Amino acid sequence: MASLAHVTDLLRRALPAEAVRSSPEELKPYECDALTLYRQTPLAVALPADETQVVRVLRICHEAGVPLIARGAGTGLSGGATPRSDAVLMSLARLNRILDLDPLGRTARVQPGVRNLAISEAAAPYELYYAPDPSSQIACTIGGNVAENSGGVHCLKYGLTLHNLLALRVATIEGEVLEIGARSLDAPGYDLLALLTGSEGLLGVVTEVTVRLIARPPCARVVLAAFASLAAAGQAVADVIAAGIIPAGLEMMDRPTIAAVEPVARAGYPLDAEAILLCESDGTALEVEEEIVRIEAVMRSAGASDCRVSRDEAERLRFWAGRKAAFPAMGALSPDYYCMDGSIPRQRLAAVLQAIRQMEGKYGLRCSNVFHAGDGNLHPLILFDSNLPEEVARSEAFGGEILELCVREGGSITGEHGVGVEKIDQMCAQFGSGELETFHAVKRAFDERGLLNPGKAVPTLHRCAELGRLHVRGGRLPHPELPRF
Amino acid sequence: MSDLASLQEQIRAAAGARRPLLIRAGGSKDFYGGPLEGELLDLSGFSGISDYQPTELVITARAGTRLIEIEGALAEHGQMLACESPQFAGRATLGGTVAAGLSGPRRAYAGALRDFVLGLEMIDGRAERLRFGGKVIKNVAGFDISRLMTGSLGTLGVISEVTLKSVPRPRAECTLQFEMDQARALESMTLWSARPLPLSATAWHDDLLCVRLSGAEAAVRAARESLGGESVSEAERYWEEVREQRLPFFTSAPELWRVSLPAHAPALPFAGPLLIEWGGSLRWLPGPQEPRALQALVGGLGGHAMRYRAPLKMPEGAFQSLSPALLRLHQRLKAAFDPLGIFNRGRLHPEL
Repeated sequence: MASLAHVTDLLRRALPAEAVRSSPEELKPYECDALTLYRQTPLAVALPADETQVVRVLRICHEAGVPLIARGAGTGLSGGATPRSDAVLMSLARLNRILDLDPLGRTARVQPGVRNLAISEAAAPYELYYAPDPSSQIACTIGGNVAENSGGVHCLKYGLTLHNLLALRVATIEGEVLEIGARSLDAPGYDLLALLTGSEGLLGVVTEVTVRLIARPPCARVVLAAFASLAAAGQAVADVIAAGIIPAGLEMMDRPTIAAVEPVARAGYPLDAEAILLCESDGTALEVEEEIVRIEAVMRSAGASDCRVSRDEAERLRFWAGRKAAFPAMGALSPDYYCMDGSIPRQRLAAVLQAIRQMEGKYGLRCSNVFHAGDGNLHPLILFDSNLPEEVARSEAFGGEILELCVREGGSITGEHGVGVEKIDQMCAQFGSGELETFHAVKRAFDERGLLNPGKAVPTLHRCAELGRLHVRGGRLPHPELPRF
Repeated sequence: MSDLASLQEQIRAAAGARRPLLIRAGGSKDFYGGPLEGELLDLSGFSGISDYQPTELVITARAGTRLIEIEGALAEHGQMLACESPQFAGRATLGGTVAAGLSGPRRAYAGALRDFVLGLEMIDGRAERLRFGGKVIKNVAGFDISRLMTGSLGTLGVISEVTLKSVPRPRAECTLQFEMDQARALESMTLWSARPLPLSATAWHDDLLCVRLSGAEAAVRAARESLGGESVSEAERYWEEVREQRLPFFTSAPELWRVSLPAHAPALPFAGPLLIEWGGSLRWLPGPQEPRALQALVGGLGGHAMRYRAPLKMPEGAFQSLSPALLRLHQRLKAAFDPLGIFNRGRLHPEL
C-alpha cells in the first residue's frame, strides 16, 4: 500500500491542507452514497475548490494508476458514488458557484456542485427556471444530474437532464479539459454531450455545466382520478396520450400506497380506489383551462369513479402532498424497503402491475407501487426487514424478477436512477456481449486504464458469464429528509 | 441487398480487404459533409415501418424507410416527428436523417432530432449487429450510443433500424408576419422566447419576421392577440420551403453556409442576404465565404460555421475543425466502433 500512501502525500502537496481527508473519522461520512447497503472507506477524500485543483487530482491519480471516484451530493440511489478502499474519492461540493446567468440567452453556466434547485431559485427573478426536477432536487447537484441523466416528475413534457443541457466542461483522467457542446444549439463533431450525460462518472469529471432555462408556466392545475382496477387506470394513462395530450406530470399510486399515505398526508384520496392518477397540466391559464377539460373527459370515459380538478394552488399542492409523502409513508410501515426503477412501455402497465401483485404471494413480501406512469417508469417498493437475512435474500430475488420482467416487456432495468453498483448484474440481462464490449471500448477511448469509477455501470463479460443467474440488490434510502418520488 | 445478413456480409468482406464503404440510401444528402468515398453500401432496400404504437408515442422503422412514409403513418394518428427534419423532395430516409442529425424549423422550440432518438440497431466495423437504447422514453442503462450515432454521418457504423419518439400534432397553428429589420427581429425573437408563448418556429429574411405559434387553441389565440402582426396565409407551404431550403433565398447562390450561434448573438457584419431561424440560433449565408475568417468570427461569438452546400467538396471538409484534444478523442471513438476505418471516410472530418 506504499503507493497509496504516496498518493495521499501528493494530494496534500497539490491542494490546500484541509482539502485532503484521510483519517478514519474524516472518511466516515463518505463511506456510501444514498445506496447505503454498500459501504466502503475510501483511500482518501479530495475536496478541490476549482477546475485547476480538479485537474491536479486527476493527474496525480492517473500518474499513480490509482482509481478515482467523483461524487456530488451523494443522493444517488444506485451506488454510482460508492467508494472503494483503493480509490480516491473526489467531492465536487466546493465547486458550488453559479458563474453566469444570462436571462436574455436563457442559459445558466454553473459549477458541478451547484444544487439543482439553486439554479431555478437564481433564475426565478426572471420568471425562468431549470426544468428537470428529481425528487432530491433540494440537495442533489447538477454535476450528479449530468452523470445520471436525472429525470423527475415533469420529464414527460420537459425532458431529462440531457434535453436541458447546452454545454459541459469535462476533465479527462489524463487531466485534459474538454469543451463539449456549445451555447448554440449544436456543435461540430460527435454528439459527446449525449454520450457524457448519464455516463455515471466513467468517462470524465464535469467541471462546468451550461443549462437551458425556460419560461416558468404561469399556471398549473392537477386532475385527481380514481379507478376501480389497475387495468382501468393503466388504460386511462394510454388514453390520455392517445388523445394527444402531453401532461406536465402523470403519476399513479396503487391501493396499498393510498392506504399508507392518506392518514399521513390527508390529501383527500379515495380509500376505496384500486389506483389513482394525478395528471397535471401547466401553461398559460387559458391553455390549462382547455387541457384540463380534455383530461377530465378522458378520465371519465376511461371509467374514473371519482374525478376532481384542483380548484386553487392550495388544493393542487394538497393533491401532490400525498404523492410526495408516499415513500416516507411506506418507510413507516416497514423497517426497510427496496426502491426499484424499471421502465416499460405504457401499454404494459396493467399487466406488469398484476404480475408484481402475484409475485407478492410468491415471495411472501408486500410491494407497493407509486410511479411516473406517463413515462412508463415504475418504482415498485418492496417492504422487508434487513435484520432478517432470509428476508433480504427474498426481497433481492423479488426485485430481480421485476427487473427481468421489465426487460422482457421491452423496457429497461433503470429509467432514471442509473446502474451504478446496484443494477450492474442486470446489465447482463439487458445487453448482449457485443453491446457490453462496445461500452468497454468507449470507456477505453476516454480512460484507457479504467481508472474513473471502476466497477460501476458496465459489467465485465466475465462477471456476466459467471453470474448465470440474475441477481439484484436494492437499497435502503438514506437522506430521510429528502422527498422521494 | 435488403436483409441484415447480406449487409453484414458486405461489411465483413470490406473489412477483410480494408476497403472503404459509402453508406447510402436515398442519396438526398450527398451534398452534405465531406467527400463520398468507397464502395456503395446500399440501404435503400432495407425499409419498412417495423412497429408503431401510437399510444406509446414510439415508432420503429428500418433505416431505408423514407421519412415521408414515416410522417404519413404518424399523421394518420394525429402525430408527427417534433424536430421537423427536411425530407429533401421525399428522398430522405430515416437512417440518413439520423446519421446527419438534421432538424428543421421546430428545433429551437421542440428539441433536436437526437432528443427524439430512443434507440437503434446498428452494424459496427466488425460486422457485428448491436442494439442500443430501446422503445421506452426513460432508459439510462449503459452509455447513450443511439444519440452518439445521431449526427455521426455514418463514420461509426451502419444504422439499420431506429426507434423515435413521436409527438401529438398541435391542435391549433398560425403564422404571424412582422415587418422589421435584423436588429429588431433578433431582439423580438429573444424577448418572445423568454415568455411562455407557444412558439414553434421563427424565420427572418428580407426585413420580414415570420413567427409560427402551435399548441392549444386558446394559447395560440391569446399569443396571436398579444404579439400583433399580420396573419400569413399558406403558412404551411412557407415553413415547408424553409425546412427544405427551397425558398428562393436558399437557391440564390450555389454555395450555402450554415452558422450556428447563441440565440442572442449580435448581427453578423455581412451586408449580403441572410436568413435567420431558430430564434437567432441559426443563420444562413448564401455565397462563398473565407472559411477561416468566418469560423474565427463565429467561434468568438460562441458558435460554429459549416459549408452546408457547395458545388465542390473541399479537402478541408465541410465542418468547423475540432480542437486537438477533441480530435484525438474523436479518433479513439472512431477506432472503438470502426477499427479498420472502413465507414464513410472523411465524411465528417478529413481525419476520421
